[in-house]
Amino acid sequence: MARVVVDPITRIEGHLRIEAQVDAGKITNAWSSGTMWRGIETILHGRDPREAWYFAQRICGVCTTVHALTSVRAVEDALGIIPPLNAILIRNLITLSQFVQDHAVHFYHLHALDWVDIVSALDADPVATSKLAQSISDYPRSSPKLFSAVKDRLTSFVKAGRLGPFANGYWGHPAYKLPAEANLMAVSHYLDALDFQRDYIRIHSILGGKNPHLQTYLVGGMSVPIDPNSQAAINAGTLAELRVILQKGLDFVTQAYVPDLIAIASFYTDWTAIGGGLGNYLSFGEFPTAATNLSKTDAGLFLPRGLVLGKDLSKVLPVDPLKVAEYISHSWYSYTVGNDKPLPPFEGETTPSYTGPKPPYDQLDVASKYSWLKSPRYDDRAVEVGPLARMLVAYAAGHPRVKELVGYVLGQLKVGPEVLFSTLGRTAARGIESQLLAEQSLKVLDQLEANIAGGDLRVHDGAKWDPGTWPARAQGFGLHEAPRGSLSHWVTIQNTKIEAYQIVVPSTWNAGPRDAKGQRGAYESALLNTPVADPEKPLEILRTVHSFDPCMACAAHILDPRGNELVEVTIA
Amino acid sequence: MATLLERLEANGISRRSFLTYCASLTTMLALPASLTPQIANALSKVDKPSIIWREFQDCAGNTESFLRSRNPGVADLILDLLSVDYHETIMAAAGRQAEAASDAAAKKGGYILVVEGSVPLKDDGVYCTIAGKTAKQHLEELSKGAAAIVNVGTCSSYGGIPAANPNPTGAVGVPSLVSNVPIVNLPGCPANADNITATFVHYLTFGSLPARDQLGRPLFAYGERIHDSCERRAHFDAGQFALAFGDEGHRKGWCLYKLGCKGPNTFNNCPAIRWNGGTSWPVGAGHGCVGCSEPEFWDAMGPLYQHLPNVSGFGVEATADQFGVALVGATALAFAAHGVAKYAQHRITAEPAAQPVAAGQPTEED
Repeated sequence: MARVVVDPITRIEGHLRIEAQVDAGKITNAWSSGTMWRGIETILHGRDPREAWYFAQRICGVCTTVHALTSVRAVEDALGIIPPLNAILIRNLITLSQFVQDHAVHFYHLHALDWVDIVSALDADPVATSKLAQSISDYPRSSPKLFSAVKDRLTSFVKAGRLGPFANGYWGHPAYKLPAEANLMAVSHYLDALDFQRDYIRIHSILGGKNPHLQTYLVGGMSVPIDPNSQAAINAGTLAELRVILQKGLDFVTQAYVPDLIAIASFYTDWTAIGGGLGNYLSFGEFPTAATNLSKTDAGLFLPRGLVLGKDLSKVLPVDPLKVAEYISHSWYSYTVGNDKPLPPFEGETTPSYTGPKPPYDQLDVASKYSWLKSPRYDDRAVEVGPLARMLVAYAAGHPRVKELVGYVLGQLKVGPEVLFSTLGRTAARGIESQLLAEQSLKVLDQLEANIAGGDLRVHDGAKWDPGTWPARAQGFGLHEAPRGSLSHWVTIQNTKIEAYQIVVPSTWNAGPRDAKGQRGAYESALLNTPVADPEKPLEILRTVHSFDPCMACAAHILDPRGNELVEVTIA
Repeated sequence: MATLLERLEANGISRRSFLTYCASLTTMLALPASLTPQIANALSKVDKPSIIWREFQDCAGNTESFLRSRNPGVADLILDLLSVDYHETIMAAAGRQAEAASDAAAKKGGYILVVEGSVPLKDDGVYCTIAGKTAKQHLEELSKGAAAIVNVGTCSSYGGIPAANPNPTGAVGVPSLVSNVPIVNLPGCPANADNITATFVHYLTFGSLPARDQLGRPLFAYGERIHDSCERRAHFDAGQFALAFGDEGHRKGWCLYKLGCKGPNTFNNCPAIRWNGGTSWPVGAGHGCVGCSEPEFWDAMGPLYQHLPNVSGFGVEATADQFGVALVGATALAFAAHGVAKYAQHRITAEPAAQPVAAGQPTEED
């Protein structure tokens, strides 16, 4: 029996610690701990709700669009504002490109090194690598010369003994299964993807002024103007440029990401039986196709809202956001209602109350509180959120393109849909979703162009911009499917200022600790029975945890601006 | 070990292109063109300096920005020009092996310590721990042997959003905790990739940090006000203001001052270099500057959608040092007066966020 501690979990956003008990080469128990906390929602207390998006956005620089969008949706719901269609479509374009870029970065830069042995690539034959690459796709960068140059670059690295970011990896671990040529191909695409993500995200600069932290969100719409006769607004030239970049994104996903995913996965089909976890999947649904309030209706969403329970794909259950509540039984907070009762977001509290070991420490007291994350529950159930949840809900709901794409990938791997409930299923779902959404982004651009061509230039509904038009008290929530899963913001406005602001985040759903009943969170559950060949080199833990694409700055947000107890300022 | 130039040549990039690229860096760094050969020489011979990049109370926004580097490209930067020996977001190693990589680099000394995110001090720093140690403990250990510290973003420079009122975790920036090590601050939310890159290139070329203002910001990037190099400045001078998002002025690219733009109080080079490879920048896209490279901007630069009440009327030639650090609350109200006067000339009657106007103050151009 061994206690394995991995802290920091790297190649994620933020600060995550995993402690696991390993018996006879398998994980028998696991604890997930978020180790950083800032208090951004506390900081929102008393501020203008029209500004909340730009504070909330700073929760995360990786998911740089998601909190801004969900915040404006929450305030719009509270005040009864529905933005013009152009603004909805611009938000969709920004979000769709965020998905494609974020998923590609996850696959190549955060997750790939769990499956790809960089050092093994040194043994590859560039000619054979080229043959392999050309056999799986028509991605153009596949010549022997190119692979030879990549190999030389790697060799010079290793010879100089300065591996930089690749130092101390688990190279040579028996769980690495790819042939040398597949490793070299993947390393080459790792480098290509660095350029791709940078160039593709120019979409955000065009529509948002910059990336990270786009600056054109607005309660009631967007602040990027549309005018075919102005050079300072979205015009025909801008739209054409967007089309070129979106098409390049689709090409990269079709020619590199999805073929690489299938090629790598084919060597790791044992990971379709590992990392299944909770078996409950939640999706709020996303991508409105018309000007609607998503908090009031899920009609017309491109990806459906729904709940799948117990891996049962025969039915999709309806979702009532008011059934969300959060526990703090194992989180470093205290509730006025006691330690073991969950609170729904509109009644939420957050009073930090650290009871963990004094740093520096070696081990957490997992019987007590052990994380800065809360434990969100839906109807008192632990659920998984993210790409797998979305694809399963859409698959079960009969979404035609999702069924086609899932069928294609599973067919290539010669496996059935039951394998989706796994570590590899999560990774595959993210690739499938990238293909789906890269395709959809071009259709949304078509819709935007058609709407502008019809003479609609509106990007903002300013009827309720003036706080003088607001009621004395208003409450609302915003729902969003972020790349990592279901996100919701909950706002209470009193006399034009924020009285309470709550955020329930995807990585909190997935990475949160146990609740009062001892129900594990999604990471903790998925890690059970994961094999660990060498407790000194727990590569397998990284595989399962990375399959969720953790985002801890998001997860360890803090809530409850209503807590006056937080307001004192202490600076040493 | 192949130098960058050798590797570029192996990839079919000529020495001539390399020199062109070095010339653009020279311009970026606001250096005389005669220094281009020196930069080219340094970059083609460079012995990769060790980088330890630590994230504390951060959002990884500056890491993401760094990953958008273009000149040099991100892959050249993280693989060939620098030895990125520790960076949680991109490194292969995890857990104990990750910390061992940091320890090994620290033991050698002479590294550049890059810090992203603020450091919480309240309650003995329990609000941010990595490998069981607090951010403050890591910073104390790593600052000792650092040749220089580069603070990327406003959080590590000045405390940033975690330090915004009421600062629930007692967050501070690195300069509040470290002395005796040369420090450069690259504030911004996040810092622009081009400014991060240029700072590294400056260090590689000259072996020292670039000249800085009183707030620790390099003059090559933060030496001028947004307002003075803004493409919409002519509209400000002509009194042409967007008054509502989506109105005619907004669509035509008029000045965003009335919609809350903080460009007049902000020192940064966004209008000159723009973002994401020169694609656009916030004001260019249609939203006012939020002042994100100024200390305490979260509290000092609000409200977001009201125009600045108290901006002194200094000239184009002023730097942040001449201007002083007390940006908001400056005495003269002339700036507001100027805006209102021009506004009236254009027969626009509504003033959405009227501010008191002091009579008898000189206007900016007087």
